[in-house]
Amino acid sequence: MTETNQTPALRLEGIVKTFPGVRALDGVDLEVRAGEVHALLGENGAGKSTLMKVLAGMHQPNEGRIFLEGREVQMANPMDAKAQGVVLIHQELSLCDGLSVAENVYLGELPYSRWGFVDWSTLHAKTNEILKKLNCNFDARTRVSDLSIARQQMVEIARALTVDAKVVVFDEPTASLTDAEKVVLFDVIRDLRDRGAGIVYISHRMDEIFALSDRLSVLRDGSYRGTKVTAETNEDEVTQMMIGRSLTHEKNVSTVEPGAIALEVRGLSCGKLFKDVSFEVRRGEVVGFYGLVGAGRTKIAETLFGLRRPSGGTILLDGEEVSISGPVDAISRGISLVPESRKEQGLVLGMSCRDNMTLPQIGDLTTGPFVSNGAEISIYDQYRDRLDIRSPSWRQAVGNLSGGNQQKIVIGKWLAMKPQVLIVDEPTRGIDVGAKGEIHKLIRDLASQGYAVIVISSEMPEVLHVSDRVIAMYSGEIIRSFGVGEVTEDSLIQAISGIRPEKAA
Amino acid sequence: MATLKQNKALRWLTENPIWGFCALIFVFFSLSNEFFFDVNNFQNILVQTSTIGLIALGMTLVMINGNIDLSVGAVVALAASLMVDLQSWSAFENWGNWQMLPALIVALAAGTALGALNGIIVWKTGVDAFIVTLGAMLGVRGLVFVYTEEQSFFAMNFTFSDLGMSSIGPMPALAILFLVATVLVHILLSRTVHGRNTYAVGGNREAAVNAGIRVGPHMVVNFMIVGFFAALAGVTLSSQMGASTPNLGREYELWVITAVVLGGTKLAGGAGNIIGTFGGVLAIGILRNGMNLMQVPAFYVLVIMGSILIAVLILDKQLTRKGVEALRT
Amino acid sequence: MASARLKGMGSILARQGILIAFALFLLGFAAFSDNFSDIDNLTQVIRQSAIIGVIAIGVTVVVISGNLDLSVGSMLSFATVMVVDLHDKIGPVPAIAIMLVAVLALGSINGFLVGVLRLNSLIVTLGMLSAIQGLTLIYSGGQNVDIADQEGTWFSLIGRGSFIGIALPIWIFGSLAIFLHVVMSSTAFGRRVYAVGGNPTASVFSGIRRTHVVFASYMISAFCVGIAALILGARVGGSQNNVGQGYELQVLAGVILGGTSLLGGSGTVLKTVIGVLILGFIQNGLLLLGFAYYVQWLVTWVVIILAVWLDIAAKRGRLLSPIA
Repeated sequence: MTETNQTPALRLEGIVKTFPGVRALDGVDLEVRAGEVHALLGENGAGKSTLMKVLAGMHQPNEGRIFLEGREVQMANPMDAKAQGVVLIHQELSLCDGLSVAENVYLGELPYSRWGFVDWSTLHAKTNEILKKLNCNFDARTRVSDLSIARQQMVEIARALTVDAKVVVFDEPTASLTDAEKVVLFDVIRDLRDRGAGIVYISHRMDEIFALSDRLSVLRDGSYRGTKVTAETNEDEVTQMMIGRSLTHEKNVSTVEPGAIALEVRGLSCGKLFKDVSFEVRRGEVVGFYGLVGAGRTKIAETLFGLRRPSGGTILLDGEEVSISGPVDAISRGISLVPESRKEQGLVLGMSCRDNMTLPQIGDLTTGPFVSNGAEISIYDQYRDRLDIRSPSWRQAVGNLSGGNQQKIVIGKWLAMKPQVLIVDEPTRGIDVGAKGEIHKLIRDLASQGYAVIVISSEMPEVLHVSDRVIAMYSGEIIRSFGVGEVTEDSLIQAISGIRPEKAA
Repeated sequence: MATLKQNKALRWLTENPIWGFCALIFVFFSLSNEFFFDVNNFQNILVQTSTIGLIALGMTLVMINGNIDLSVGAVVALAASLMVDLQSWSAFENWGNWQMLPALIVALAAGTALGALNGIIVWKTGVDAFIVTLGAMLGVRGLVFVYTEEQSFFAMNFTFSDLGMSSIGPMPALAILFLVATVLVHILLSRTVHGRNTYAVGGNREAAVNAGIRVGPHMVVNFMIVGFFAALAGVTLSSQMGASTPNLGREYELWVITAVVLGGTKLAGGAGNIIGTFGGVLAIGILRNGMNLMQVPAFYVLVIMGSILIAVLILDKQLTRKGVEALRT
Repeated sequence: MASARLKGMGSILARQGILIAFALFLLGFAAFSDNFSDIDNLTQVIRQSAIIGVIAIGVTVVVISGNLDLSVGSMLSFATVMVVDLHDKIGPVPAIAIMLVAVLALGSINGFLVGVLRLNSLIVTLGMLSAIQGLTLIYSGGQNVDIADQEGTWFSLIGRGSFIGIALPIWIFGSLAIFLHVVMSSTAFGRRVYAVGGNPTASVFSGIRRTHVVFASYMISAFCVGIAALILGARVGGSQNNVGQGYELQVLAGVILGGTSLLGGSGTVLKTVIGVLILGFIQNGLLLLGFAYYVQWLVTWVVIILAVWLDIAAKRGRLLSPIA
């Protein structure tokens, strides 16, 4: 670690940010010194991304102040933030595929001579300079679409360095990188740090944080929980800070003995997406899949629903081996999938609540050639009452409902199919606390009624509360399968970070 | 190093398949017809395709932006009518050959102005370019009919009509015009800030906006360029015909879009280039010319052209398939 | 959610605004022209709109499913030429049957290319426009065709006859429109079309066979072209081989004016009927006021852009687009 200045490169003081219905940041303080890598940890929804968006000028804080090198500053928008030396490198890349690396790095600021001609020599020289700083061995003239994701990420970083950056924020940068590519990235980050920038590194991955950071800060539920020097702490202590809540979070008690095996998967693989996955789900139980983004859980669900063709392994329904040719086939076999993105995959936003709910079975709700209005409405009414869906009327376009109610419509849609196996992918993403609880209770009720349920989640309290058994995944593989009552929060976090049980102390 | 060069050439070919196609049909027609492989014939091809070709240059810019312009055919007719008609105005009676100058200026200005109008409407109202230019396609045609009162105009000035057939040195003037324009637009697209921004605006509009590029005025400029070229095409066409008809240019947009798409520009925007478009224009020209020489009945030509467009689409889809791991939707 | 409700109201207002403006248009026409509000005139307008209308309601199904069909004009030429030509050669009933089969075959090509191969519908149907035009010319040998004894065949009645005082084309247009509207609004198939157009991904995730829906939509469009060809061929008693040229534009204009979004997932067959009638009345009114027939193109230009602009503006809550 290099010498630190007296004045921190960045100081956030009492940042408060509210959105309608939720207080995302509750008086957060953060201090980042020049020449240090400062990790920012917290569960999903803890506020890390929101905090950084405030810093980068994408959101305006309701309260609080930002200090850069001791001076109070305002960040009106991302370009303004960049001009002041604060750069945020997103998870999603924002590059133009058809242009070269240099043209992307200097997008909107291409150097030009008379008549609007691009000054190629200056452009390439300056870009190559930045690329050299980042130890990139590709040329500034390469077309971005020809680069791997890792290298595209480098271009994104390079774009950030067209100014003299004082603070660089990395938001989950290793999500799509191989181990070898990560090494290169870390070298780059260390190099930036050594040149005097203050680095904020947002990540879930313990191994990375302990390898890379000098200090770390933890957010939980929108509040600041403390800062530690990395070398002076360990994973368990950090995990404690992240979780913090009382460990006895109303552990569910299963009242029903799990029945026969409804779904069994043996050695299932799909190319590079996931490998050798084996598990089983019984009637009357909830199996939770937990892991980081990109662990492969959703892809397994999509394969079970017929949206992906497996490259190996077998699927057995009720003991019988099946080959699922598509969603229509999956549905007819009794598999229902509540997908990850309700707006893109789960709902037709312009259609009414009722029509969305009856869509998969619309062909069966007919009298003669016509759709039976009464049958449709009765299905809608039934699940509206059962799930407590708040909507002015069934005619309301689904796009006008709140997130929680939208999610309930999707769940209702699939419950109405009376499935044998129900897969729910991120059941409460973007839903407020009240509705969350309702949906969790619903899932537990479904299990006690005999459904075989798979829940995929990225929120630990949810997966712990709702599941009988938990399967932890990392990078397309099942790292650990916890039996009933076996799972603890610490062991779960370690499993999804890639730490296999043998490694644990 | 020989293999490296081979690889580069092969790569370029797979990325710009239209030129491979051009080479193929070029060889085919050269072998099957004795009149094809002739310098004069090649010049003919260039002249014959120069009308569509000029418009395609501008259309490429607009389509890389993610837009489209369906009104180009109508603009051709308007410019042609203005060009021929203005020369015969009494105001310019004594100007001699200089009569052509004000006519030319007005014709080109009209096309450019209509392009600007399209662009501004797309920018300010947010209505999709398809609908805006669909309306303009009807409306400008209406303007033409109102202006010409359904009449055809005939050029009295023989110098003007001769221009269309004239040559500069060994090459026909129109062929040179087309080639020069191609080079200029290629330079614009590949070497200027505006040209590079065209890819940004079409490829990732949000990134372009965030980077400070003024997307609205940018798109207006590209619409003005295509309007200009449509007008220019109208002028050259009227010179070749020595006349203008109110129904001129009908279905030109079809051929222009075909040429641009054949040349590799994506309908969704963000990709494409002038070399490709030039290849697409040439392909259409070679096909038409070759089939003409082989005396393929004009009716079959249409069927063949339509089928080729569809075949190219299928090929393109196959080449960009994502493989086993894609979602089956 | 208040803003959403306001936007919804604004959208309805915008749509009513168009109808109100149109009503004013009509009143203006009626006031300034003696013949406009004549019953004969009004029915004539509806009769003349029948051909475009029949095609437009078929294209509406394609548009609701999220695609375009620009090949309808050429298909109309092809079908009209074929049915007129075959009428004298093999008799009206076989002629109609063969023509319908041929037109459905063409529609199935569209359906295959767009539905199964997932190619872009704009370019595909543009290519088909060209190819079918060529097919028509090949079939007709470049000649125009006609029916020799037009009075002596019941076929002509399709285009010229009437039933209880209302012209047959109006009957055909009206009943087909009602039929398709009922299919789209009250059957499972119709529901699926809206779903595919509204969100193709979500419809697949909901177990809809997107391919089948798209394929069927193009078959419907082709069938409607076939019916329109019957009316056209019967009325004129003959056909030029490019009779359909430009129809695809008029049809699209009618669909757009009626308020159906080209993005898919919304709109109705009845709205298209209104859009087509609006265009018909504008044309008629302008003609009666003494304007040349091409003036309607200028008016259509303005009306289309205004109509779509107001619709978009109402949905986003502001008049001008926020793009810099």
